Amino acid sequence: MTTVLEIISWILILSGSFFSIIGALGSLRFPDFWSRLHAASVTDSGGMILLLAGMCVQAGLGLITVKLILIGVFLFITGPTATHAVANAAFVSGLKPTGNKKTDKG
Amino acid sequence: MRAILTIITLFALWLLMSGIYKPLVVWLGFFSSVFAVYVMRRMDQAADAETMTIRLKPFQMVKYLLWLLVEIAKSNWAVTKTILSPAMPINQHMFDVPFTQSTDLGQTIFANSITLTPGTITVEVNENSFLVHALQYSDDDPVAIGDMDARVTKTEAVK
Repeated sequence: MTTVLEIISWILILSGSFFSIIGALGSLRFPDFWSRLHAASVTDSGGMILLLAGMCVQAGLGLITVKLILIGVFLFITGPTATHAVANAAFVSGLKPTGNKKTDKG
Repeated sequence: MRAILTIITLFALWLLMSGIYKPLVVWLGFFSSVFAVYVMRRMDQAADAETMTIRLKPFQMVKYLLWLLVEIAKSNWAVTKTILSPAMPINQHMFDVPFTQSTDLGQTIFANSITLTPGTITVEVNENSFLVHALQYSDDDPVAIGDMDARVTKTEAVK
């Protein structure tokens, strides 16, 4: 039982770390501001949810899990709000996305 | 009545957060909940009492959240593949997405859902549409987002 839970939680934590690293890698590789925002939101959603789920399994049923779920709920709301704030600030100050409708551009 | 409910909710939250159940600490927590509600009521009388009513159907909301989790997983994987592919097939595009929600809360849920799924970001809010930026725009995207729009509208309970 405990071994199964350990394995499940480590799979969740490791895949969460994987998505966080992917998000960081994407922020480096992508060409401009707008595409980098998208890469960052991989860390924001996938990485965050999987890491918190893994930690919940580690903590077991208890107060810590309740707190972790609350953290998740807050991040679920504040994450996209912050992303929108950054995107909107860039849009208002006149940064338009380059390369509209371009395909196969490295 | 509403004040008592608020006190009970705040105190329950405090009990969940604290984890220390010595009598003195529990009493302090209880009194801080009562004090917070007292201050809040005074402020309601002094300044403008802006209340926000949540008009959502709970079961529809849970259903929507589960669906949203699946969507997040799918689009996460799509963006991950883009990041890892050597050629990085990016096709950035901005387009208008009309929304059909009538409440502010419903519109916020829709806009935040768009941003939460990797690959699409809500950039600007217009009269009755959002300006959405997509990483890999394809012609199916407006249809997919229209589907999400319909699902969010279903969770609203408008009389």
